[in-house]
Amino acid sequence: MTLQQRVSIQTQEFDLAAELTALRAGDLRVGAVCSFLGTVRDRNHGSEANAVQSLELEHYPGMTEQSIEAMIDAAHARFDIYAARVIHRVGVLQAGDPIVLVAVSSAHRGESFQACEFLMDYLKTQAPFWKKEQTAEGAHWVDARVSDDAALARWGIQANNAARSE
Amino acid sequence: MKIRLRYFASLREALETGSEVFECDATTIGQLRDALAARGGAYGQVLAPGRSVRTALNQTLVDDAALLTEDCEVAFFPPVTGG
Repeated sequence: MTLQQRVSIQTQEFDLAAELTALRAGDLRVGAVCSFLGTVRDRNHGSEANAVQSLELEHYPGMTEQSIEAMIDAAHARFDIYAARVIHRVGVLQAGDPIVLVAVSSAHRGESFQACEFLMDYLKTQAPFWKKEQTAEGAHWVDARVSDDAALARWGIQANNAARSE
Repeated sequence: MKIRLRYFASLREALETGSEVFECDATTIGQLRDALAARGGAYGQVLAPGRSVRTALNQTLVDDAALLTEDCEVAFFPPVTGG
């Protein structure tokens, strides 16, 4: 069984089907593969002026890969999973574009479902990315959400992202 | 000691720089932040106490108590919004 690359930070699109095939290739213990795909929303609150024309994703090269690798290690420690793959795009994306892929393999579905959600909750509040939306009214940085901190708290981890305990 | 600083996102825009080298007597992240805020101007605004800023030391998330080392890399940035 060859060791696949677990984390990719890239500007290019990815092929979800090819990634899922690669994730479980050569491992007949796998009975379940769970994946999550995050995409850019046209966040139109009923006004054309607020529609997202494009989204720019900034990141901290070096730390980004390292932090997600550590999250995958944490997922392996918590859940009985075989492999995990995270791809996160950076650069300028358009509404409708895929941003992030999280995929996990295991023997049975319970572990994969949970590990996939765990990785997304972890990534949302701890991975060093920042989104900037371009609308007709101008560009603005997206605010972190307290609800994402709450999501990570369900796994017993304090996010300290949107909700700071200072 | 010598600190290699990195700034990202809205902080980077406000400070008009993504990186700089800083010489200071600070021993912790919190003291370093205060020393930078004391410069006033944009630094005083974005790094003021109470402003939501996260920190990484040598590419690992840390809190204000973390200890600095000579030539370490410290990054200041807003709450993250990836995924």
